[in-house]
Amino acid sequence: MDFDALLLSRIQFGFTIAFHILFPSFTIGLASYLAVLEGLWLTTGRAPFRTLYLFWIRIFALSFGMGVVSGVVLSYQIGTNWSAFSAKAGSVVGPLMAFEVLTAFFLEASFLGVMLFGWKRVGRGLHFVATCAVAVGTLMSAFWIVSANSWMQHPVSFTALADGRLVAVDWWKVIFSPSFPSRLAHMVLAAYLTTALVVGAASAWRLLRAPGEAPSRTALKMAVGMFAVVAPLQLVVGDISGDVMGELQPAKLAAVEGFWETRAGQPFHLAAWPDRKLAANRWEISIPKLGSLITKKDPDAVVTGLKAFPPQDRPPSAVVFWAFRIMVGLGVAMIGLGAWGVLLWRRGHERSRPFLHACVAMGPAGFVSVVCGWMVAEVGRQPWVIYGVLRTADAVSPVSAGQVSASLLGFMLVYAAVFGVGALYILRLMAKGPVADGHEPEPDVQRAPGTPLAGIADDPGGEPRP
Amino acid sequence: MTLDLPLIWAGVIAAAVLLYVLLDGFDLGVGILFPFARSPSDRDAMMNAIAPVWDGNETWLVLGGGGLLAAFPLAYAVLMPALYLPIILMLLALILRGVAFEFRLHGRGRGKQVWTVAFAGGSLTAAFAQGLVLGGFIQGVKVAGGAFAGGPFDWLTPYTVLVACGLTAGYALLGACWLVFKTEDQLHGDARGWAAGAAGAVAAFLAVVSLATLVLHPRVAERWGVVGGAVDWTRFVSLAPVPLLGLAGLAVVTTGLRRRSHGWPFVGAAMVFASGYLGLAVGFTPFVVPYVLTFRQAAAADNALALMLGGAAVLAPAILGYTVWVYWVFRGKVAADAGYH
Repeated sequence: MDFDALLLSRIQFGFTIAFHILFPSFTIGLASYLAVLEGLWLTTGRAPFRTLYLFWIRIFALSFGMGVVSGVVLSYQIGTNWSAFSAKAGSVVGPLMAFEVLTAFFLEASFLGVMLFGWKRVGRGLHFVATCAVAVGTLMSAFWIVSANSWMQHPVSFTALADGRLVAVDWWKVIFSPSFPSRLAHMVLAAYLTTALVVGAASAWRLLRAPGEAPSRTALKMAVGMFAVVAPLQLVVGDISGDVMGELQPAKLAAVEGFWETRAGQPFHLAAWPDRKLAANRWEISIPKLGSLITKKDPDAVVTGLKAFPPQDRPPSAVVFWAFRIMVGLGVAMIGLGAWGVLLWRRGHERSRPFLHACVAMGPAGFVSVVCGWMVAEVGRQPWVIYGVLRTADAVSPVSAGQVSASLLGFMLVYAAVFGVGALYILRLMAKGPVADGHEPEPDVQRAPGTPLAGIADDPGGEPRP
Repeated sequence: MTLDLPLIWAGVIAAAVLLYVLLDGFDLGVGILFPFARSPSDRDAMMNAIAPVWDGNETWLVLGGGGLLAAFPLAYAVLMPALYLPIILMLLALILRGVAFEFRLHGRGRGKQVWTVAFAGGSLTAAFAQGLVLGGFIQGVKVAGGAFAGGPFDWLTPYTVLVACGLTAGYALLGACWLVFKTEDQLHGDARGWAAGAAGAVAAFLAVVSLATLVLHPRVAERWGVVGGAVDWTRFVSLAPVPLLGLAGLAVVTTGLRRRSHGWPFVGAAMVFASGYLGLAVGFTPFVVPYVLTFRQAAAADNALALMLGGAAVLAPAILGYTVWVYWVFRGKVAADAGYH
């Protein structure tokens, strides 16, 4: 095994998984949003909900397709590039991933067909069931994959056989490992926030151009409600998740906070440049004792620094330190956006232009935060792939650097083309905005049964069918 | 009573892979046939015939990968690195064709053409790459100390290319038969022609691949009772139902086409695939990595297999149930003159 194939495999995995996570982050929230919209439409019969549903389902279809194809890559890459990991941990991690396929992927994929193409073929109620099934599927998927990842972050309840293979002892403890509940909550809330930010940005963009657009006003209100409730909640859940991490993975916590020495009354570094070679921060801007207060809820508590770990067991510190600060900074901005929105709303100024511009600017903030958060989680647990059990360097496949270079190049080219164009199509749809009934020019050709809007053209009103 | 968990899972994974091949086989096949369509509206109708179900079909591939990792991790850990390049090629091709379903609806002018080409090229490449994987599996991989020990291009031989051509023809046959089943009028007529052509190609490739396998892979030949040019006829005759199933399948395809049946050609094509699959089983049972690792040696821990069996006992009937329901919802012919929004 040469070092180059290891490094290239790490780059390839990081690249493909960072791209992939963008889509689930968005579609988990969007599937739930669509279920809410369709439910509201069916119960209230109000046209804006229907218009919004039909608008966002097209964006969902595009995003979901990209999520599926980028996800298939991951289920094979674990074998092609990390076969030593597969052989060692397959009996523990494998079943969790298999359950993801059985409980989530089939559900999503099968009912997505009905959701997108089944308008004329099933009744309203059954169509709503299909939408809900897809939404449940996305959440089940998050459940299993965060479960598998949490076990790898803090492996519990397993034994190693004579040949080194790992075997689970108590499945309940493996599936619900200590960091799993807080991490799952953190991820699902992140997905909901990401979606709310995108919906808010798209609606604000429309309202800047067409201030009276009823569906966009409805959507913006719903998005602002989500910021106001979910963003502060996420701060609390994130803090709990951070506390669990500090207890289970002290080296990661030290890297996140830029702590090198173990001491009482750690400062909080607002900004710093951690340097692994120096084993110190080159420079730092700090608030005394706040670090201990945040991490241990006690300003005088002793917090372990990175130097307590041998150099070969320390995670890369600068990446983790900054990824964490970007994530938290954006989280605080989301809370601010929610508070601002609620304030304007109560004063009846919800279409204030500076606020709409701020919503547009914050549109991508969820994606950036999610990727930064996963960088904290995944870079911060290095050099381990199964924490304390299997090093990343020992997990790699016996493949050559040439092979991995070729595949990495292939992924970069295909992803750039596919996801670049996909983003373009989504932005184009968003720019056009949700078109209300009666304003949409009806095409004289019959809609194809294979299109998301099939069966809608002949349904003139906004009322649900009896 | 104790359950033979590795054996059960070998059966489950084998059934899942066969289902994958049949289901994604026909929608990859439709993509392979894209270049032969007469008009853009024919291509739209072809895509409509698979758009609601392709995603579910491809999920069986994810189950194949995930299931192999979970149930036979040591086989997964050997086969994936051994077949690295064809698997990556398949994944890249599946990305291009998978996004094309939605992207074709949004592309304007040349954009739509690009995704039409991506769909056809991606489907063809994915099918061919799967054939290379199959060929690479049959000819075996070099293993030392429980890990792959061969070179990056071990899978590339004239034999694997032959298998890849055969599988591609097989998928084209499934795709054409699906279109015979799902379309009407002129496209339906074209699909009959494609099915007839593909059936001829499949018959030829089956014959050549079978002969090549018997000549090049003596251990497979031995299983069929062929040792050093001599044939053990009792053994061969006892296995004869397997190739006969394939011949019967081809007969069902051709008579079905001749009698203008809409459904029988697809049944015949499925019989041909089942025959080929059983043929592989004859050649390789109980090995999951040919002649190196048996399914028992490669199996995951019993408690992992037991946990999954409990889950699968509940979930698999549900999955099969709603999959059948979705196909039922989208039963009947798709419109050949469909226009896109």
